Amino acid sequence: MDIPFPAFLFDKIRRWGMKDNHKEHIVTPPVYLAVAIALYILTFITVWAAGIDLGKITNTIIALSIASVKASLVALFFMHLKYESKLLWFMITIPLLLLLILLALPIIDVLTRAGYFGMR
Amino acid sequence: MEATLEKHHEERHAGLEGAKMGMWLFLFTELLLFGGLFAAYAVFHSVYAKDFEIAHHHLNRTIGFINTIVLITSSFTMAMGVWSAQTNRKNLLNLFLLLTILLGVAFLVVKLTVEWPVKFHEGLYPGGKEFNHFIQEGHKGQALFFSLYFMLTGLHGLHVLVGVLVLTGILIMALRGKFSSEYYGPVEVSGLYWHLVDLIWIYLFPLFYLIK
Repeated sequence: MDIPFPAFLFDKIRRWGMKDNHKEHIVTPPVYLAVAIALYILTFITVWAAGIDLGKITNTIIALSIASVKASLVALFFMHLKYESKLLWFMITIPLLLLLILLALPIIDVLTRAGYFGMR
Repeated sequence: MEATLEKHHEERHAGLEGAKMGMWLFLFTELLLFGGLFAAYAVFHSVYAKDFEIAHHHLNRTIGFINTIVLITSSFTMAMGVWSAQTNRKNLLNLFLLLTILLGVAFLVVKLTVEWPVKFHEGLYPGGKEFNHFIQEGHKGQALFFSLYFMLTGLHGLHVLVGVLVLTGILIMALRGKFSSEYYGPVEVSGLYWHLVDLIWIYLFPLFYLIK
């Protein structure tokens, strides 16, 4: 099967897949240790924050925000995402977008049903 | 000669890039697999907020906290393992792989011998005495909480188990001297998988143990 594929596009994607110096970036132990310590501290903070009553929605937003910061630290440094090619960054936006749709639509559905707010 | 060596190096590099990209593609499917369950959690939590809050008191926050620390530490030792391979420190690689495996096993041991047996004893599992009681009493949300709890932590636990088995294979290869700063793709790629398992737990911990 011969799919016509513009040569310049192919070349662009190939260049996207490359890193600047063709070499693997080696992340050093001090960076890993700093990330691990940050993760420990954030875990303590999230447990501490859960003990303060700020209302259901605020508490949930805080907990999920801290979790997202932790997840970003793991992805960026432990998974080396910070040093990956533009192509991979582009690829990641696709499942994240799908995930957003997957989570947002059912929630919007439930929250916008008639009589949801305090009427049942 | 110089040119051939350069080409050889570039090809090897392209191989590692391809392997990593393949693992990332697999991780995307994992993200969406768990995403579906997180969507179910979000919907039922918003509908049965009160029930979820009551039900979560059955969970042991201390155990959840300890397991979070264990997994974060294992992710750190895994990352250090990749660094050891990249810098040709073979003994350190063996050590860090072993530590990662042991921490993964510790996570599962806590889950299977401390946490879940208590839940099973209390009949909180789907079909259990207390679980059926929730439904009969009209607290459907509490039953749903435990259905989601067992489904999500169970699926996550399965991933930890798979990760432990994969890393054991990697450790055996490492002990046979298969890896060096020239060739460490399998170490890095299985590391990516291990970090994703940690990443998912980072969300599971507040969602189940820290509900307000």
